[in-house]
Amino acid sequence: MMALAVDVTRFEGVPMAPPDPILGVSEAFKADTNDLKLNLGVGAYRTEELQPYVLNVVKKAEKLMLEKGENKEYLPIEGLAAFNKATAELLFGADNPVIKDGRVATLQSLSGTGSLRLAAAFIQRYFPEAKVLISSPTWGNHKNIFNDARVPWSEYRYYDPKTVGLDFEGMIADIEAAPEGSFVLLHGCAHNPTGIDPTPEQWEKIADVIQEKKHMPFFDVAYQGFASGSLDEDAFSVRLFVKRGLEVFVAQSYSKNLGLYAERIGAINVVCSAPEVADRVKSQLKRLARPMYSNPPIHGARIVANVVGDPTMFGEWKQEMEEMAGRIKNVRQKLYDSLSAKDKSGKDWSYILRQIGMFSYTGLNKTQSDNMTDKWHVYMTKDGRISLAGLSLAKCDYLADAIIDSFHNVN
Amino acid sequence: MAPSHVQEPSADRRLSTLVRHLLPSSPRRTAAAAAEDSSATLESSPTMASQGCSVFAGLAQAPEDPILGVTVAFNKDPSPNKVNLGVGAYRTEEGKPLVLNVVRRAEQMLVNDPTRYKEYLPITGLADFNKLSAKLIFGADSPAIQENRVATVQCLSGTGSLRVGGEFLARHYHEHTIYIPQPTWGNHVKVFTLSGLTVKTYRYYDPATRGLDLKGFLEDLSSAPTGAIVLLHACAHNPTGVDPTIEEWEQIRQLMRSKSMLPFFDSAYQGFASGSLDKDAQSVRMFVADGGELLMAQSYAKNMGLYGERVGALSIVCGSADVAGRVESQLKLVTRPMISSPPLHGASIVATILKDSEMYHEWTVELKAMADRIISMRQQLFDALKARGTPGDWSHIIKQIGMFTFTGLNSEQVAFMRQEYHIYMTSDGRISMAGLNAKNVNQLADAIHAAVTQLK
Repeated sequence: MMALAVDVTRFEGVPMAPPDPILGVSEAFKADTNDLKLNLGVGAYRTEELQPYVLNVVKKAEKLMLEKGENKEYLPIEGLAAFNKATAELLFGADNPVIKDGRVATLQSLSGTGSLRLAAAFIQRYFPEAKVLISSPTWGNHKNIFNDARVPWSEYRYYDPKTVGLDFEGMIADIEAAPEGSFVLLHGCAHNPTGIDPTPEQWEKIADVIQEKKHMPFFDVAYQGFASGSLDEDAFSVRLFVKRGLEVFVAQSYSKNLGLYAERIGAINVVCSAPEVADRVKSQLKRLARPMYSNPPIHGARIVANVVGDPTMFGEWKQEMEEMAGRIKNVRQKLYDSLSAKDKSGKDWSYILRQIGMFSYTGLNKTQSDNMTDKWHVYMTKDGRISLAGLSLAKCDYLADAIIDSFHNVN
Repeated sequence: MAPSHVQEPSADRRLSTLVRHLLPSSPRRTAAAAAEDSSATLESSPTMASQGCSVFAGLAQAPEDPILGVTVAFNKDPSPNKVNLGVGAYRTEEGKPLVLNVVRRAEQMLVNDPTRYKEYLPITGLADFNKLSAKLIFGADSPAIQENRVATVQCLSGTGSLRVGGEFLARHYHEHTIYIPQPTWGNHVKVFTLSGLTVKTYRYYDPATRGLDLKGFLEDLSSAPTGAIVLLHACAHNPTGVDPTIEEWEQIRQLMRSKSMLPFFDSAYQGFASGSLDKDAQSVRMFVADGGELLMAQSYAKNMGLYGERVGALSIVCGSADVAGRVESQLKLVTRPMISSPPLHGASIVATILKDSEMYHEWTVELKAMADRIISMRQQLFDALKARGTPGDWSHIIKQIGMFTFTGLNSEQVAFMRQEYHIYMTSDGRISMAGLNAKNVNQLADAIHAAVTQLK
């Protein structure tokens, strides 16, 4: 066989892409050989011993699935029916009228990211003039998702660095100023990266302005049950909007609350005004999913369906979730106590206690965050976000020293 | 397109917003959306007054996916004699789905291993899985692997691998046209179109011979632009089952390389076509051996029976290790905003099997058994039609390769067989041999016979 001379490469012009800002942190952490190193980068839960955690109820479900010995046939494009039913009920409440009336289009998707991407593709196709409003700041991958889906976006004010709290007036003003019919991306609870959530009263006002401007509320729910420890409490904001009779998009993830990170399990839900609308919306979402991955993976969906479908396991899940959320709250308290005790400047660190969920916005800037890493071997993202899920009670004092040093002595 | 009657002001405002979104003149409407929504009209519906209107009022109901829709229709059929020859999913002789023994074993090991976690995989996926997958398709001694010229990312089975590859090419390759065979798997067009590529076709299937139209194939590639992307089915062409011979592959390779065309292989049936993993990879390895670049979408849906686990990989064979590194970094930028990172379970099963020589061997035995059963069903169907004296030359049934047979039946005949005999297949006349067994092969032969003799 004659080998032909071929061009060396057609990809010579392909540049090296920068490392992912969030996942790149873990890679850098792994490379660090210092004993004191602390990984507060990715939002993945760790035990007090700083070990990854597979929920007992998940292990139980997987053993049960092995015993059942079900087949591995393709799921329908929209995913596992039992999972879709369970996930919508968890989110909206099983007795919610939107479920009883059949007004929710639900598709199993590849965790939060996949759900957001499907919704973005849908927006690009059916609302090509619309843009998405995202909080400033927001999870780093949100912008990538909308960029790749070719959906324009702009930011609404959210984080106020002066108070290390919510810039509520700015948020309302920016949502109000946006063109009618915009999609407003809201974090259902435990805002990522700040940990700062609106109060119930503020949520009502946010709903008011969204309703008045005929915007579409678009929730990203990655921490239901993980923020407060209660599934229902953490669904408050979503249910508030639904109760008003609004049409709503909700992206869900089971990465954190069931610890199913790598199984990529979540759902995109669209609450519609009528069941036949939900049918049509679902059919068009399927048309977008098919050329992306054909149908979603079964394993994670079956785990969720088994856990939620069995009252004992469901109860066990809720308990483990409370324990995870509880550990994070304890660590948050301890960090605050350490900071208050060690910092002689009189700075008020209580904003840390007002934040909720896996993350805390420390208020550190990029240079200070670099100092955390370079001097103290504390790995975090450059926006000053730390993952409390990666913090143990035992390390709180060390972390407090690092934060105090970085805050006061750098920049 | 004015609303048919005026309602309260808020409904008006909603409708006018919606009209702006859906009017054909809107510059940002995509061609795809325009084509599909041409039948959508903007009318007030009974729901609007009572429940407030929907921003989705003008959204049309999408038709069922043509391939997966066959199973949907099949499931609805109450007949006890129904036969599903639609989706390409393997069935046992008893007509049941099959989970390979070696897969169950691997799963047991994984689930019972207390040291395993469910932490996010890296964006590129499970590293072991990626390396082993590249070795499987390119061969462990492949120069491309030894020279570190292969960038591999774990993807969602074949579909996901094709989509990621398409998106990558749309961003980083200078030619944005991909040539696909006529006919091809129904989902190819949509995958590449949504990736941002323009899709053109090359002649492939010759209905007169029910074989390969090599002349048309080579002519169409000759007149395609230099550097164009060309989709190639590595083996067991879907839907026709018609594969080039090794000599024909060599002609294709030479032509493509002389025009600097970029091969994009779709390998969904390695080991499943002939029963031999190496034999089914020959076409791919020929192209790698000449030192050129190519894309490879790999799926474990059929050959490891992992359909619903969505396991696959996209490999790009590059001109140098440095380029491969850069290509991999850019592939991550494609997948991160799509799925962040791929699912763990199925890839773990594959890696467990591929890295253990005893389990690997067990897999090859089970794989060959599946391939052999299908080859045997081909013979049984051919014999049954011969026994009935069904008019026509049916030898293509035993000449074609892989899971599918392109029967040559037209859509009218297909519909007839569905209505009268409860036989389900895609409207292009493609049947999945995997759905056949000794019990239903006669029913199928009867149905084909009736369709061919009663409808022309």
